[in-house]
Formats: sequence, structure tokens, C-alpha cells
Amino acid sequence: MSHATGIRYLKDGVLPHMWCSGCGIGVMLGAMLRAFEELDYKNTDTVVVTGIGCTGKADDYLVTNALHTTHGRALAYATGIKAFNPSLHVVVLMGDGDSVTIGGNHFIHAARRNIDLTAIVIHNFNFGMTGGQVAGTTPGGRFTSTTAWGNPERDFDICALAEVAGANYVARETPYHGWELKERIKEALDKKGFSLVEVFSPCPTHFGKNNEMKQTREMLDWFRERGLPVERYRKLSAGEKKNHFPVGKLVDRDEPDFNARYEEIRARATAPEG
Amino acid sequence: MAKEARLVQGNQAMAEGAIYAGARFYAGYPITPSSEIAEECSKVMLKVGGVYMQMEDEIASIAAVIGASLTGAKAFTATSGPGFSLMQENLGLAVMGEVPCVVIDVQRCGPSTGLATKPAQSDIMQLRWGRHGDQIVIALCPATVNECFALTVTAFNFAEKFRVPVILAPDEIVGHMRENFSVPEPGEIAVIDRKKPSVSADRYLPFAADADGVAPLAAYGSDYVFHVSSSMHGRDGYSNNDPANAAWRVAQLHRKIEMHQDEIVLTKSFAVEDADVLLIAYGATTRAGRAAAMEARKQGIKAGVLQLVTLWPFADKEVAALAKKAKTVVVPEMNYSGQVAGEVRRVLGSGAEIRRVNSYNGEIISPQDILKAIV
Amino acid sequence: MNEKKERYEVILAGSGGQGLVLAGIMLGEAAVREGRNVVQTQSYGIASRGGLSLAEVIIDREEIIYQQVQQPDVILALTEEALEKYAALADEGVRIFYDTTLAKPRTGANLTGHPFTKIASDLGNVAAVNILALGTMLAAIPVVKTESLAGVIRKRFKGTALEMNLKALSTGEELV
Repeated sequence: MSHATGIRYLKDGVLPHMWCSGCGIGVMLGAMLRAFEELDYKNTDTVVVTGIGCTGKADDYLVTNALHTTHGRALAYATGIKAFNPSLHVVVLMGDGDSVTIGGNHFIHAARRNIDLTAIVIHNFNFGMTGGQVAGTTPGGRFTSTTAWGNPERDFDICALAEVAGANYVARETPYHGWELKERIKEALDKKGFSLVEVFSPCPTHFGKNNEMKQTREMLDWFRERGLPVERYRKLSAGEKKNHFPVGKLVDRDEPDFNARYEEIRARATAPEG
Repeated sequence: MAKEARLVQGNQAMAEGAIYAGARFYAGYPITPSSEIAEECSKVMLKVGGVYMQMEDEIASIAAVIGASLTGAKAFTATSGPGFSLMQENLGLAVMGEVPCVVIDVQRCGPSTGLATKPAQSDIMQLRWGRHGDQIVIALCPATVNECFALTVTAFNFAEKFRVPVILAPDEIVGHMRENFSVPEPGEIAVIDRKKPSVSADRYLPFAADADGVAPLAAYGSDYVFHVSSSMHGRDGYSNNDPANAAWRVAQLHRKIEMHQDEIVLTKSFAVEDADVLLIAYGATTRAGRAAAMEARKQGIKAGVLQLVTLWPFADKEVAALAKKAKTVVVPEMNYSGQVAGEVRRVLGSGAEIRRVNSYNGEIISPQDILKAIV
Repeated sequence: MNEKKERYEVILAGSGGQGLVLAGIMLGEAAVREGRNVVQTQSYGIASRGGLSLAEVIIDREEIIYQQVQQPDVILALTEEALEKYAALADEGVRIFYDTTLAKPRTGANLTGHPFTKIASDLGNVAAVNILALGTMLAAIPVVKTESLAGVIRKRFKGTALEMNLKALSTGEELV
């Protein structure tokens, strides 16, 4: 059996793409389109919603339905789409700035609502498109174009945020783990309820350059050395955990999604009286 | 045959008007003095097969409305000044993406939190210019409970017909007042649905306007696949940085409204034929103006009222025609700066006599206040 | 003297929780039942400051143009603050009914005081004070037929609340 390429979802004549060499967005996009193909998604029943930033440019390459929105609000737009037509596959592509910095409120509420969307978040530790400024996801002490002497703030753990806010499915992978990434996206797409796949990504142009990982390989090595399968990560001591992060499927549960709950309420509201 | 008369609140009538117009999606965030609209929709949407969502803020509310509209819903939200301010950026996307939607802004006294339960007519410029970039929307303003219903239907009709956000902007008085009202029978008021594409799916261009200036709009989930973008885009909806394309796009967003100006600009007039004194009013202030004009006539002064039902685009032609016949123009409005008076000044020029009557303390303008400016 | 006029302007004034806005709505609904035009507003109008809760109702055979009360025919004042605000209008011929439980008694041609709150409380539900006072007002000034208001009460309430409100209405009427 031949492997899925996802090429049927790519617009003709748009390659090579605009992302910097070494960036993980292309790897993520490839994994997503292969997952689409393996699940036999149709262009007509799929809507890709994007925000603003490097990741937000992804819709330019796609021939599925798409909505390119405002900075931080992609999940709110997607919520309206899914709530009105639950039969659609609604996939939301965001960066870390989009999803949990400017758009953090929508992120936690989409997870709380457990609306049946798949959010794929490229986490590259800074604002790439605007020149590498600090984000809510830049680790403390790290250097960016607006934290020249180091970041005084702490970073969000995006997966933990989604978990406590109520997402049904949470996973993390990196471009170093390309095959697994496609598998995780497929699981997320298949999962009813809010699902998140966080994708750690190199940003060799900005974050890597500012933090002594100028070569793409150096950031990938960073992911390889520090990213441990979740089963192994959980066995580490608290001290050891500080130097690592878990990859793989972190949360998998089956709470009813928004649309299911809403239809339950509708049945109550429309039941004959008495 | 209209249904039995009831005592109905303005906010309730707008919710009922939306359902009559075919609205099946509401997303909002509660705010005084608009919350009764949300409360009604939370109940009725369940019963008519629609969806009500209370979002995390007004930014999300208008975003969800736009998403639902592109999925084929007639969709709307309701808010007041602070929430309306929050919606502006995403409303810009609805302009840019030509997404039909309706926003109700029940105007209250500001700035900022201001007097949350008190009326104002001070969002007039925000209605027109609240969004960045050069663009135009339609704004309507009811003065009675009956108009709350009818103009909500009109708002949806304009939104659907011209693929544009339409803002309905009652003041708090009109939103909260109750009057006797009967819901029209289905069909009694025309309901317009958006134009759907008829070309084959592979030839559909979501921004290729027909001769009427408006492109057909498909729905996500239909046989048509399409892109909508907040970025400058071409006829196919894909981003496009070409200056010639940008020029066409910005002009097109304006032209489709300008082409239909006569259809969109709605006014009502009361005893203006022989008026020496022309009152130009909108919303609840129309009612005080009419009472003042009637009292003035008792005192021998020929006064009449032009009610601006459509606030934007502005009624340049109607104002100019009636003002030409009058000696004095009076503009009563619940704001400090004379937001509509300034537009009247723009239309009539610097030489015209324009008297302003303004309140900006949350108190209603009375007929006596206006009469003082007439006599 | 109880001849019905073409137009009535009514103010119901008191403090929050006395159910005056609801009373205003119900009075308006009773007038709609009689086929008349109604505008009901709250909190605003010729007086709007302080802790007052205020409902205005205008009832007319003709179109109601200005939505606020300008020349009240009758005022119901259920607190001292409300009465203080409007008492002077009695000299101008406005009929004022007030609650002597909460407001100091006054003398004057158009001023009528009854202990509405106490009577409602004795009936078993102080919350019925709004309907009780409306009953008294309507018995004296036929803004709407009492039967129209009873019809509104029957539509809005069920069970013991219905009984209580109908009892309050008739008790109010009998005070005149």
C-alpha cells in the first residue's frame, strides 16, 4: 500500500512554500494533509481556520474550505462554524502567539466548551513573523528581540493548559518526530470534542539565532534530547523532568462535546409539556 | 392578518424580528442594556432549530457569528458600547470578507463604563468609523417598538443582499420601552436571502461581483469550496498583494453600497412640506422632536421632523432637499459633540443655520428642550 | 367623575423590590387588552435620580408620540422618597395614592393614603402590594377596567400566586 502524500489538498503551483528553511510549519502541514488523506477528508466537508502569524499563512497552500481570520481569534470563528454545522471537519491552525498569547481566552474556553475542533498549535517560542519578539510561550531567561537581557516572565505549558481547561485530547510532537506527528493529528481529528496537537518547532531565523541554536539541526537536537515519550517522561524524578518535556498522547478522554450537550438541552426544551 | 397585540419591549421585538427574518445563530456576551435580546434568543433558538452561544467575550461573539454566517446561517449578536468597541476588529473582517451579519448596539451613556443603564446616542461615529482601514457598513436606528421589529428584518435583508455587516443602533430608551405590538404574519414583511452561486463548483469565485456589485456566497459544507480572508485577497479569496487588486477591492467594498444608496437610505418625515423649522432626529429623540414640532405649530411656527432611519450611509440627499426649504435646522441628539449635527453641517455647508440640542448626562431630551431651540 | 378619558399618563414610584415595574407592565398589558395604544418605560422621565424605582405608563386611543409622561393624571407613591418627589403635583390636580406604611401622612385635596404594605402583609404576601395599590388606584381612576387587569393576572400567575394577586386586587378596590 502506498503512503498518503496529502498532495490532493495542496493548491497547484504554490510550492516552494514561504516558510524559512528549517521551520517546522511545513512538516506540520505535510503531516496534517497526510492525516486528511488517510481519513479521506473531502475539500467540501473540511474547513481550515487560520489565525495571524507564520502559521496563519497556511491557508494559502490549501484547496479545502478556509477562513483566514484575525490575530488570536481563529478558535472563536471556528466555534461558530462547528456549532452551526456539526458535520464539518473544522481544523484550526495557530502559532503560540495566536493560540495562547493574544488568544488565550478563546483557547481555554474552546477547551472548556469541549467543542469538536482540532487545534494544531505551532510552538516556536517567539513571534516569528514580526521579528522574533517575546511571547507568552517564551521560556524564562531566553533571549528575543524584546528581551535582550533575558525573558523575565515564565512560559505557558500549552498542553497542561488544554488539559485542565477540559480538552478531550492533548498531544505534543516535534518535527523531529514526523511520523508520530501525523499519527497524533489523525487521532486528534478523529476525536470528538476539543483536541489539541502542540507542535514544537524550530525558529532558526529568530529564536534559534538569539539563543545559540543558529543551525536548524541544533534546535532539532534540542527537541530530540529533551523530548521523551510520555511514558518515559512520567517515570523521571521531579529534578530530571526540568530538563525534559513529554511527547506523545498526553490526554485522551471522552467527555461529551458541545454539540452533543446542546442537542440534549434542545430535546429538553422541545419536549412536549406534561 | 397580524397576530394578537401584546405589550412588547424593544429588545424583545428585535429578537423576534431576527427570528422572523430567519436568524438561526446568535452568539453574544451579556451587557446592559441589551441583555434581554440574548435571554430571548437563548430560549427561542432551541425551539426553532437554531443555535445560541454565550461566548467568552464580544470579540469571540462576533467571530462566531461570522463563522456561522459563512456556514450558511443568518447570524447576529447584540451588545452595547463597550462590547461594540471590542467587536470592531472582527467586524472589519466581516466587511473585508463580505460576510452578512447583524450587530445590535443598544446605545448607553459613555465614555467607558459610563452610565450603564442610561441612554445615549453617542456611538454614531463608532458605527461608521469604528474599524480601522477604509470601509463602509450600513447602520439603522429605530424609534419605536414596531420599528425595532421591522428594522431588524430590514437589517438582515440588507446584510444578506449586500454581503455587509448591518448595525442596528437603538438607544437604551427604545431598547427598554414597551409598546403594543403585533408580530406580522409570515410573508407580510419581505425576507431576503443571500444570493447563492449557480456556476459549477470549479468555477466559483467568492469575490467576483455580479452587475449588482455583490458576489454570490456559498456556505461551508455545500458543494462549493471557498476561501475567505482577512488579508487583501483576489476574486478567488486567496491572499493577493498586488496594488491593482487592493485598489479594486477597497473600491468594490464601497461601490456595492454606493450603487444602492437610494434603496438603503431610509427616512421618515412628519409635516415637513411647509416647514420653516426642520428638525433632524433619530431614535427616541425623533419622538421628542415630533412632540416639539406639534407644539411649535400650535404656537404658529411651522416645524417638521425628518427622521433618519438609516444613519449610515448618511441621508445627504434627503437632508439637503428638505433643509433648502427650511429657514432653520435643529438637530437634537443625546451626545455632546453633535455627531449627526456635524454630518448635517457637512451636507449643508458652513453658511447654514444649524441649532444643536444635546444631552449627555443620561437624561432624555424632552419636547420642551427642543422647543426652546425652535422658538 | 369616573368617566373614562381618551388618554392617561400614570407614574408608579417607589423603591426597587416593590414590583412597580411589573405593575407598570401589567397595567400596560391590561390597556392593550382593551385595544388601546400603550407606552411603558421605567426609571426615566420627568424624574429619575436617587434610589427611586419608577415606571411610567401612557395609555391613549391615538398614537403616543413622546414616550415619557409629561402631565400625569395619577401617581402611585409607595415610599416617602417617592411621595416627597411628587406631593406638590397634588396641588396641580394630579391624583396621588400613597402608602402610609412607608410614607408620612399628608393632607390635601388630591392625596389619598392607605397602608398598602401593611394590608398586603396582613393578606399574607407583602409582594402583592403592587397589585393591591393598583386596585385602589383603578377603583378611583378608570385608567383600565379592573377586569382587564384581572385578566392579565390570570394569564401571568398560577396557583396560590394567582389567588393572592386576585385577592390583593379586590382588597385594593374595596379601600376606595
